[in-house]
Amino acid sequence: MSVRDDVADRIPGGDAGLIVVVLLALYAVYILVGVGLGYSVRGQLNTIAVLTFYIGVFAMLALALNLHWGYTGLFNIGIVGFMAVGIYVMALVSKPLYGSGGAAQVGGLGLPLVVGIVAGMVAAALLGALVALPALRLRADYLAIVTIAMSEIVRFSFLSGELQQFQLFGERVGFGGGSGLILDFTNPLEAFFAFFGLWDAYLGFVDAFTVIIPNNPKPVVDGLVYGAVLLGFVAAFFWLLKRTGESPFGRVLKAIREDEDVANSLGKNTNRFKIKAFMLGCALMGLVGILWLMTSGAVTPNFFRPRITFFVWIALIIGGAGSNTGSVLGGAVFAALLYQGPRYLKNLIDTVIPNADAPSSFGPAVAPLVSNFDPAPLFFYTIDSVRQLQLVIMGLVLIWLMHNRPEGMLGHRKETAAGIPLTASRARGTASTDGGDAGGEVDE
Amino acid sequence: MSDTDATNAEAESEPSGAAGGTGAPTTEEPSTRLDLGSGGPDVSEQYPLQVDGLRKTFGGITAVDDASFQVERGTLTGLIGPNGAGKSTTFNLITGMLTPDAGTVTFDGEDITGQRPHAIANKGLVRTFQIARELRDMTVLENLMLAPKAQRGEALWRSVTPGFRDDVVEQEEELLERVWNVLEFFDIDHIAEEYAGNLSGGQRKLLEMARALLTDPDMLLLDEPFAGVNPSLEKRLLEHVHELREQGYTFLLVEHDMDLIMENCERVIVLHQGQVLTEGSPAEIQANEEVIEAYLGGNV
Repeated sequence: MSVRDDVADRIPGGDAGLIVVVLLALYAVYILVGVGLGYSVRGQLNTIAVLTFYIGVFAMLALALNLHWGYTGLFNIGIVGFMAVGIYVMALVSKPLYGSGGAAQVGGLGLPLVVGIVAGMVAAALLGALVALPALRLRADYLAIVTIAMSEIVRFSFLSGELQQFQLFGERVGFGGGSGLILDFTNPLEAFFAFFGLWDAYLGFVDAFTVIIPNNPKPVVDGLVYGAVLLGFVAAFFWLLKRTGESPFGRVLKAIREDEDVANSLGKNTNRFKIKAFMLGCALMGLVGILWLMTSGAVTPNFFRPRITFFVWIALIIGGAGSNTGSVLGGAVFAALLYQGPRYLKNLIDTVIPNADAPSSFGPAVAPLVSNFDPAPLFFYTIDSVRQLQLVIMGLVLIWLMHNRPEGMLGHRKETAAGIPLTASRARGTASTDGGDAGGEVDE
Repeated sequence: MSDTDATNAEAESEPSGAAGGTGAPTTEEPSTRLDLGSGGPDVSEQYPLQVDGLRKTFGGITAVDDASFQVERGTLTGLIGPNGAGKSTTFNLITGMLTPDAGTVTFDGEDITGQRPHAIANKGLVRTFQIARELRDMTVLENLMLAPKAQRGEALWRSVTPGFRDDVVEQEEELLERVWNVLEFFDIDHIAEEYAGNLSGGQRKLLEMARALLTDPDMLLLDEPFAGVNPSLEKRLLEHVHELREQGYTFLLVEHDMDLIMENCERVIVLHQGQVLTEGSPAEIQANEEVIEAYLGGNV
């Protein structure tokens, strides 16, 4: 533990430096493996783009969850429901009107993407308030039950035929039901650059990449740039939540986590604070839902199964609840090693040992081991099933963490809940210089 | 000022001491006692806290049964009684942690019965807990910075919006200075950066009283503040309490240590089986047969 702290202390730039170093290390591992695999430049850049994407979304989700759980002690296991509401409401608002051509079965309200994004976040926040109002009055665990039920209700609502298509403000809109919803609005990246009047400049920038990637570099560059935009959002989340935590507001949240009765008896209306914090976190989760899916072309309700919620929890536990820096690191490590890692490892092994055909089921995989001590088929079978094994690996990591480091990578570090640094020396200086008159009357 | 008040109180309460707290005064001053519920300005000026006919049952057990008493401004009033007399329940009823089944609580002339704890605390009636409830994973400084009322930065938008945050930071600096003064007053400035969970039992009691004080209360309800505190620290804590009382704070104190109550309180209220058995000056209480019986279990 202390060794790790020493390493963290020696990195220049403090927490930001620590995050950059961890990210660079993860990228270095991926690039090295990519070189081993003999990937082309295009393949390498693609890998990095995908990795950055997942690091971005998981870091943001972990940050939002940290506000709920790490700061306020709100047990939210309905994260995915807020994400779903975010992207679906955004699609409803921003999809083009029905009948303007295209393959979509239903239209939207045809409003700009920014309006849609804000609407999605507001909807997620309102859903959060709706869920929290009854549950916050009860004991903490009930919030967990209510939120996970809510996330499933949301998923089934979007699956239902009733909401497949309906009329809103005279327009034919809907959520597409089980067959999904085509997200046929402007390419978000294009909208983003056009907003700053930089779209043509961006296209020129993409053309410059033909030097490295001769044919059609755009998808690859798009992916990389979108990843960079996501990292920008991570930085914005971090900034916002750090400010939230380092304030009197954050101090009350921490007090609620520690002992709600005490906060109450000191005159803090804890329910108001809890609902505000919960709504802010939910809005951010809705935003992540939007950022995750708005470039994917289509969205189906079954994407929003509870497993994503638990992935975010694992990310937060790895990083350390209560620490914003830890949340980002947890999101990055989870995305790189547990979420993308096993698939990448499978590719690596497939390249190193080519032409190995894995048995199609467990029986043929074990039979050779029993009959003539040949472990190879079982090994290949295991590698081939790595996607399924991913969850087993996550479970093992979680158990190991709970036993050996329950506070995660940085959870043991306490972030000061005040707008100013609370150090003894500095405060003593001011207190003795100009606090004399106030201190005099009470001094013994 | 407090001296004359105290003598007044004794003079007034002397005859009503035998009333048995059932709200049926047998004295020559029935009008004063009956008026308390309505809380006229004069009465609430002299008695900031008035409890009238308070009742609370848990299942079949009546924890507080028609308790009525008042606490005089600027006094240190003791609330005593054997185990299970309903002292802590009474505290919880007064501060809104529990809602009474019947009766009223009046603070500064305002009926606060059944109001939420934070609302009551914001009116200036602040409590501490029997078992010190420090916020473990927060430093002593953070614990204390939490307490002051109406902090600008408690509004989320102001804390995060650039420009407005400068106001918050400015107020934080003022608060920090106040906190340091209180830390020095209680002689715990050397543990300012310590996590509250690492403090000793006595230090936690000090922290809790300091925290309650920082809310700028008019009246403090202290639930066994000296339990588990070593004698020298107890002496210091008492000095602080007396000093604060002289500054105009009102205290209601639950305590088991009879000697401590008798030596330090101006007035004592005795609870027994959820009812006010008697009230009066320490000397009267010590001479009261009923009280001795209640403590020695004479009614068994």
